[in-house]
Amino acid sequence: MQITVNGKVHEVDVEDDMPLLWVLRDELGITGPKYGCGIAQCGACTVHIDGMAVRSCQLRAGDVDGDVTTIEGLGTPEALHVVQAAWVKHQVAQCGYCQSGQIMQAASFLDLNPDPTDDQIDAAMSGNLCRCGTYPRIRAAVHDAAAQLRGA
Amino acid sequence: MSRLGTITRRSFLVGSAAIAGGVAFGTYLYKRELDNPLLDGLAPGAAAITPYVKVDASGVTLITPRADVGQGAYSIQAHMIAEELDVDLAEVTITPGPPSPVYYNGVVSAEGMPIAATSETFLARTGRGAADVAGKLLGLQLTGGSSTVPDMYDRLRTAGAVARETLIATAMAQTGLPRDQLKTEAGAVVLPDGARLAYQDLAAAAAEIDPVTNVILRDPSDWKHLGKPQMRTDVLAKSTGTQTYGIDMVMEGMVYATTRTNPAQGGKIQGFDAGRAEKMRGVKAVLPITGGVAVVADNTWRAFQAVQAVDCDWGPSPYTGDTADQFEAVAAAFTDDTQDSQFRDDGDVTAALAEGEVLSVEYRIPYLAHAPLEPMSVLVKLTKARVDVWTATQIPRFMQANVARLTGVDAENVHIHVLMAGGSFGRRLEDDYVMRAVEVAQQMPGTPVKMVWSREEDFTHDFPRPLAMARAQGKVAEGKLAAFDLAIAAPSVMESQLKRVHQPVFGPDVAIVAGAWDQPFAIPDYRVTGHRVPAMVPVSSWRSVGASGNAFLHESFMDEMCHAAGADPLAERLRLCTHDPSRKVLEAVGEMSDWGADLGPGRGRGLAFCLSFGVPVAEVVEVSQTDAGLRIDKVFVAAEVGLVLDPVNFEAQLSGGVIWGLGHAMNCELTYKDGVPQQDNYHLYSGLRLYQTPKIELRGLESGGKLRGAGEPGVPPAAPALANAIFSATGQRIRDLPLSNSVDFA
Repeated sequence: MQITVNGKVHEVDVEDDMPLLWVLRDELGITGPKYGCGIAQCGACTVHIDGMAVRSCQLRAGDVDGDVTTIEGLGTPEALHVVQAAWVKHQVAQCGYCQSGQIMQAASFLDLNPDPTDDQIDAAMSGNLCRCGTYPRIRAAVHDAAAQLRGA
Repeated sequence: MSRLGTITRRSFLVGSAAIAGGVAFGTYLYKRELDNPLLDGLAPGAAAITPYVKVDASGVTLITPRADVGQGAYSIQAHMIAEELDVDLAEVTITPGPPSPVYYNGVVSAEGMPIAATSETFLARTGRGAADVAGKLLGLQLTGGSSTVPDMYDRLRTAGAVARETLIATAMAQTGLPRDQLKTEAGAVVLPDGARLAYQDLAAAAAEIDPVTNVILRDPSDWKHLGKPQMRTDVLAKSTGTQTYGIDMVMEGMVYATTRTNPAQGGKIQGFDAGRAEKMRGVKAVLPITGGVAVVADNTWRAFQAVQAVDCDWGPSPYTGDTADQFEAVAAAFTDDTQDSQFRDDGDVTAALAEGEVLSVEYRIPYLAHAPLEPMSVLVKLTKARVDVWTATQIPRFMQANVARLTGVDAENVHIHVLMAGGSFGRRLEDDYVMRAVEVAQQMPGTPVKMVWSREEDFTHDFPRPLAMARAQGKVAEGKLAAFDLAIAAPSVMESQLKRVHQPVFGPDVAIVAGAWDQPFAIPDYRVTGHRVPAMVPVSSWRSVGASGNAFLHESFMDEMCHAAGADPLAERLRLCTHDPSRKVLEAVGEMSDWGADLGPGRGRGLAFCLSFGVPVAEVVEVSQTDAGLRIDKVFVAAEVGLVLDPVNFEAQLSGGVIWGLGHAMNCELTYKDGVPQQDNYHLYSGLRLYQTPKIELRGLESGGKLRGAGEPGVPPAAPALANAIFSATGQRIRDLPLSNSVDFA
């Protein structure tokens, strides 16, 4: 089957029911999306399908019906996405393992709602688990990125 | 009394044996310079000026041997070197280096000794010195016990200064200029005319001279990095998905493996049928390993699927299998025979409790999993004469020895390549998963094997923080605490853990009472007794180790006693406090939280204090009752670490510790049935989520005293402060964790 990731078309030979996460990680070598739980409880595997955040551990390869963007396609160390720049500025990461997913979740959320309230941020980001406890800085970085996106 | 005499004598022996053995043996061995491992195979033209600084034609490499498990260890170690070496950290390579005795930990062993952090007696100081001797003699390369900052502070700044002065001496020889006309800046020696001699261009000549070792460290007033907000060196990679963890390793010809071992930790496999699994797509082999099977495939998910298709005949659990029975074993251990320690016995508690009204209560805390978000993962390549292991670990030398023991390959041919960890919280003080991967690699020599555990395998094969119970008795008089007797029974972490790395186990286990016996309070009759529960499921160190649960036991009872006395919990602790830095954090948190001000109906606040890893921390938690349940509104934290080397990461570590402590207290426990943990993924073990995260206000106090680490001490007071806040808001006293078994949280 064909799958478009970060603007590049790939031909992959996998079962329909292989989760997208493992197509990305083990077939295509795109390791930004992380495996944490395999049951949509941690959000470390979050990617975008046509801009919408999805848990790639739950999406069957055969059901991918749009372009996939991973953290690698959102921005790069040389050209950071606004959300990534906010994550760097606030030094959100500790172990960093969940942060690809946190950033992808936040980027999709802010695309839909560039002026969120605290409650809306709480609702949007609470499916993403961080064992290190970086939540206060995630909140701050989301607010900061929102302000940047609004041109404030 | 004879029993107590034995214990006291034995506990002193722990310290004095190490002292006598170390000093007598050590005047020669301890003072001997350890070999610099960077000199092995050093290329021509490269200089390994110290074990921590290497310079060659391609640039400068800093060795930061303490593992980074998310606490920012690489970054702070690199900044310590850079403070003296004058390099731009964006331009250097930062690596943990190879396993080597030179990277021994000289601080962490003191945590295992019965020395209160507040004590400055001769014996205490000698004991701490013995920890350094023992660490060096054992080549104890270990990350833990919040020891990285205190252990590396002088060593790494000295290494940076030695490297700098050696490079300057090299430049002096080349230019004929005197020392006082040369300075250093951003990776170069700068001449009076502004010309720059890059360190890498001086490397070949620097390798030819003796390092300049008589250096004077810079005065803190001249610091450019330390004591100021720093940019962590790993933040950019971790914000762009470009940080490589063990799970991300790839290698030419690599196969993907996973294991499924008896879900009862330590249980055997009596047989298996791999017929169905072997036919599944991508499966290359189904292999026997200790306690179970491994599937080797061409994709991790295919390995996960296939390993579930193996029919396994599991043997029974070798340990007490059900949580009710486990707690029964703990309850049965409050006897003279199991008494492990009584490091505090002030006044005459027995006499004090013999008459009058005695408050008598019991507390319980559960087993807890580490569950770092990156599941255990490792890449192993094994040939007949050499083993290479790529993984995140806090114990590279123990792992090297264990791999050598398992394979028969000489330790010097076992190469441990330490990677960034996707969390640890103590889990990576164990190397069991590496041994399973090595067993797979032994059955396919030459082929690189990447093994990744499923989350379920990770949960069921953790080495948890042990469960514990406390029996507490106390008496109040005239509005004050008069007698306080706390007996704690728990399995021994040290006994369980040290066995797995083939280290001797002797003396009492301080972890059973850490964070309880060593608190700076002068209650007239005050006793803390540790009882060792006979070993059950294997247990291990978990963020803040013994203090993680003991603070709940001690500080819950402290709160109960204050209420029984009609005393204010803050004022009474201040009245009893014998340690000036501890008094200051209590005062600070009182001021920050406006302690004593009315919060209004349905709200409450709780205070807890714990001195752990030498760091006094006081926390106040505020909660509200809402229609959806209890909500944690705010947490105030004050901590004293001597000197804050990086205020940005200091705040991250302390607030992370608070969130870790709160989340597990709220809703986490590991319960067992037939030896199998019943919580095998995050839906049953969630911890705190963002919507439940309170606002956290922090204050770091800097007395200028001993430097301390901040990774763990924020954890212990969080659980009791929350439970005490719930009592304040609702009148409900909860004596068992997790709290969600007793109340609902919003």
